[in-house]
Amino acid sequence: MENQLILAIETSCDETAAAVIKNGNEIISNVVASQIESHKRFGGVVPEIASRHHVEQITIVIEEALLQAKITPSDLTAVAVTEGPGLVGALLIGINAAKAFAFANSLPLIGVHHIAGHIYANELMQPMVFPLLALVVSGGHTELVIMKEHGSFEVIGETRDDAAGEAYDKVARVLGLPYPGGPHIDRLAHEATTAVDFPRIWLEEDSYDFSFSGLKSAVINYKHNVDQRGGEISAEEVAKGFQDSVVEVITGKAIRAAREYDVKQVVAAGGVSANKGLRTALTAAFDKEGIPFYVPPLALCTDNAAMIGAAASKMYDSGVRGNLAMNGTPGMVLTNWCE
Amino acid sequence: MIWLGIDTANAPLSVAVVKDEVVVAELTQNNKVTHSIGAMPTIEEALIRAKLSVKEIDAIAVSAGPGSYTGVRIGVTIAKTLAWSLQKPIIPVSSLQALTYNVPYFNGVICAMIDARRQHVYSGAYQGEQVIIEDGHYAVIDLLPKLRDLHVPILFVGRDVTMYWDIIEEIVGPHALRAPFTMDLPRASEVIRLAMAQPTEAAVHDVTPIYKRIAEAEANWLKEQKANGK
Ligand SMILES: Nc1ncnc2c1ncn2[C@@H]1O[C@H](COP(=O)(O)OP(=O)(O)O)[C@@H](O)[C@H]1O
Ligand SMILES: [Mg+2]
Repeated sequence: MENQLILAIETSCDETAAAVIKNGNEIISNVVASQIESHKRFGGVVPEIASRHHVEQITIVIEEALLQAKITPSDLTAVAVTEGPGLVGALLIGINAAKAFAFANSLPLIGVHHIAGHIYANELMQPMVFPLLALVVSGGHTELVIMKEHGSFEVIGETRDDAAGEAYDKVARVLGLPYPGGPHIDRLAHEATTAVDFPRIWLEEDSYDFSFSGLKSAVINYKHNVDQRGGEISAEEVAKGFQDSVVEVITGKAIRAAREYDVKQVVAAGGVSANKGLRTALTAAFDKEGIPFYVPPLALCTDNAAMIGAAASKMYDSGVRGNLAMNGTPGMVLTNWCE
Repeated sequence: MIWLGIDTANAPLSVAVVKDEVVVAELTQNNKVTHSIGAMPTIEEALIRAKLSVKEIDAIAVSAGPGSYTGVRIGVTIAKTLAWSLQKPIIPVSSLQALTYNVPYFNGVICAMIDARRQHVYSGAYQGEQVIIEDGHYAVIDLLPKLRDLHVPILFVGRDVTMYWDIIEEIVGPHALRAPFTMDLPRASEVIRLAMAQPTEAAVHDVTPIYKRIAEAEANWLKEQKANGK
């Protein structure tokens, strides 16, 4: 059989990325131009500035991905792009570049859901085994997803307010840490020996949903009270207290879901799965449970195009095709592509 | 020589194919098109009507702004990606000067206007090839006296002129002339004609939209820095 080669493009937030994926599981090239430095001074991603950077970078990044892969457009099977969710102005750059590239080279086009991409980052490391539980924890998402086969997604739980990464970034701001704050809290938490006691927000007993805004408020109140008394908080102990709470709740719900749905594999995805505390806790818990647990290497946890290519490969095999009228879908829902 | 021209800098959408100085196909639309949906299918349609394949394109002209941020980004992204994919030259042009190209044989000054909201416009004034007022983002109230003080007939062109016509007549007076409505829309064939008049071919990776304004967040940030005495 001839090799399937997919060029994938991702511009949903603040990374301009392109990758070439072979047969759905092999990374031939994976280029990411990050804008973090340029958004830092604003304390978060500014959509207009993200869009401006994407236009400047897009053809450079695509060219680099093809050069590193040592292929020409005529070697490609299809072009894939993140269709949503994300920042609409940012999505549009990748989508219009993908459409123009597909048109110029007479290639099929595939629109990929960003979260499906995050989950499929795992397929680049080892084959996914079903039924599978995916724990998606990123700057914009916190979801527990059950997959019965490729292209089948059942969201059994999601955040009712802040996403996990969002909570990390907001708490980091309270502690005066630079953006993005997740990695800083992770680091500080590991430097502490004792932790401030913050609540665990479990919601209803049988719910797989999450809520992090109450925890965030607890951190803010704690700091406020200490400030009022003229005291000084220990950033390390607050970080550890916050992280312990997040990790315990996420791990607890993931274990319960894995048991209830009798899954054969658990995978983590998204930027927050880079978190050391979370990785350690999940690894230990599923080890005890006897269920294989995987988390992709760091570079595949945060936004990248390789993961989009991995998902697109299976979509291509299922006959999914987009067209030149494809639009950016900021609030895109994760739907099944299998019958 | 086959040119593809694209203008998505504002609400209207225009795509043209010009072959050896003949307009073979031109599609212009001025209802609520979403460029992100409409631009690529319109390019495909224009080429079908021109009975040409995308691979036959020799050069691409694009209206690079100023205008709607998202609009210019879509046009520039498509033009860049096509030019790079086809390994053909790209020539970005001013969206405002392209509008003035709608009105040939007028000896006075032509002022093109695109609404930028809050009583501001993107505007530029040209007399033939000569720039009279540089493309920029202007408060209407600052721009119009400058035009009045030229003391020559000024022809206003662009679909957004209508909404400012009262104040234009009030400030500029009898020198203010209104272009007929048929000349108000950007036309991609004129974008091509303007590109043909410009010798400069741009390096494809360096082509960026002409915004004429820094992003709001950046402006606020700079203000803050100044206030903090930095
Ligand atoms: N070690 C870490 N611990 C906790 N959060 C982290 C860590 N590394 C990154 N993050 C968080 O991951 C998020 C970015 O992940 P990403 O998948 O790019 O999110 P999205 O695509 O939803 O914006 C940020 O909120 C960041 O703070
Ligand atoms: Mg992401």
